[in-house]
Amino acid sequence: MKVSEKDVAYVAELANLELTEQERGRMLRDLNSILDYMDRLKEVDTASVEPMAQVARGQNLAAAGREDVLEGLRKSLPHELAVADAPQSDGTFFKVPKVIER
Amino acid sequence: MELSSLTIESARSAVQERRTTAAALVEQYYAKIEKHDPAIGAYLTLCKDRALAKAAEIDALAAKGEPLPPLGGVPVAIKDVMVTRGVRSTAGSKILGNYIPPYDCTAVARLEAAGAVVLGKVNCDEFAMGSSNENSAWHPVHNPRDLSRVPGGSSGGSAAAVAADLAVAALGSDTGGSIRQPASFCGVVGLMPTYGRVSRYGLIAFASSLDHIGPLTKTVKDAAIVLGVIAGRDPMDSTSADAPVPDYVAELEKPVRGLRIGVANEYFAEGLDGEVRSTIEAAIQKLAQLGCEIVPISLPHTRYAIPVYYIIATAEASTNLARFDGVRYGHRAADARTLAEMYRRTRDQGFGAEVKRRIMLGTYVLSAGYYDAYYLKAQKVRTLVARDFEQAFQEVDAIVTPTCPTPAFKLGEKVDDPLAMYLADIYTVTADLAGIPGISVPCGETKENLPIGLQILGKHFDESTVLRVANAFEQAAQGA
Repeated sequence: MKVSEKDVAYVAELANLELTEQERGRMLRDLNSILDYMDRLKEVDTASVEPMAQVARGQNLAAAGREDVLEGLRKSLPHELAVADAPQSDGTFFKVPKVIER
Repeated sequence: MELSSLTIESARSAVQERRTTAAALVEQYYAKIEKHDPAIGAYLTLCKDRALAKAAEIDALAAKGEPLPPLGGVPVAIKDVMVTRGVRSTAGSKILGNYIPPYDCTAVARLEAAGAVVLGKVNCDEFAMGSSNENSAWHPVHNPRDLSRVPGGSSGGSAAAVAADLAVAALGSDTGGSIRQPASFCGVVGLMPTYGRVSRYGLIAFASSLDHIGPLTKTVKDAAIVLGVIAGRDPMDSTSADAPVPDYVAELEKPVRGLRIGVANEYFAEGLDGEVRSTIEAAIQKLAQLGCEIVPISLPHTRYAIPVYYIIATAEASTNLARFDGVRYGHRAADARTLAEMYRRTRDQGFGAEVKRRIMLGTYVLSAGYYDAYYLKAQKVRTLVARDFEQAFQEVDAIVTPTCPTPAFKLGEKVDDPLAMYLADIYTVTADLAGIPGISVPCGETKENLPIGLQILGKHFDESTVLRVANAFEQAAQGA
């Protein structure tokens, strides 16, 4: 067993998930089974191998840069449209539960 | 119009020559969707107003006798992971159940600019995470060829819509095989372009170093037409390449005689279904008859591709999906007292089981103490997988493999065993890891009439050769 119940609880907290008791049990089983399968990577000697940091090939990456100008790509979304999908908004800001207790 | 015979070219010319109108085609497709889709489950949202407005624009052009753009009046379906302005875009997830995006995905905008008529948004595994479409938060999709079987995933709705003639063509996304595998299961063509070939602006991100947008179509030529329209640099996506876009349709006509086609024994190992094997071997024979030279090659790190993929993809997913927090869009848990509680409950209620599993796995492999053993190790082995292809492509022009080890499996067959489900991607994840293009083209059927797909892989930005080989095979198979 690579992952313990305590690990599941800790990782859930890092991931901003709660998980029910039942979900935690299932997660424990699934994560261990998947991680066991991943153990086959240990067979591979990677001592002199660089990690793959870039998938893009033969591209002019400099072209990804651009002048930093106001609305350089397109007009920003109108304010009312940007908040239109919010579960709670006062029309100007997103509203969330109180962050600071006092 | 007989919808089953329509391709992009024939639909466009029917509208151009006024044998039908784009508006009549839209109505005909909606009638067929209303009648047949309840049993299939391909569509999640229809956008009739948008479709009819586009159709009217195209019909006005045709009425004036003006030449239509390449997809003028052609009805298409869009996988629900691509955002569409004013049209609900859920990514197959409850957490985006009420999300109405304020902008359009570039690939969708380019299709519409080329005259395509978007009928609606099609079903998929939640956030494109799955190989059977059973992870959709809304409902599963049934394979039109056998309703008791899955259509594949995650672009199951896209593949089923095209296979059942509920759209002429569709856009899908491919992170580990999500275009090619459902194309294989449903008997249609599915093309994953090179990493960076098509802008991902407006694609709801799953794993950013692996995500691709591409077409699912009835013919190879249709895939070439769609790719030509959606490919090319987009300033809104810094990972999109500024490499020139060739005329893919013209390139189809070049001969395949003399091309060197690699066959790797690692793709014919244990787990490969017998009928799939013999059908793929017959397809390779056909390519040899067309004058291709068949060259044995080796891709020795293939057996590590699934673990590498599921480490990197879940790690990236765990960070990409951190944005779903109930603040700016989507679902929010109603009863939370603090911000932290609101995040947790929103995500608990909004995400399905597989998405939670992948977020957990991804968070674990990135966490302190495990990063080197899993994530860094996987990135190193990814280099070796990519190097296998680089070496092979010094010897050959393209590589052919089965798209999948089996034909479409039954609904429910693998839902309780995530690892068995992950292994359905065994022949497709390698191309995503290396960033090379690949296509699945139908190459036969099992005794139970289930489609089998031939996968053709090519060099970076060499979709032309991939499409050319696929087209020659398709033409020869139809002639046979």
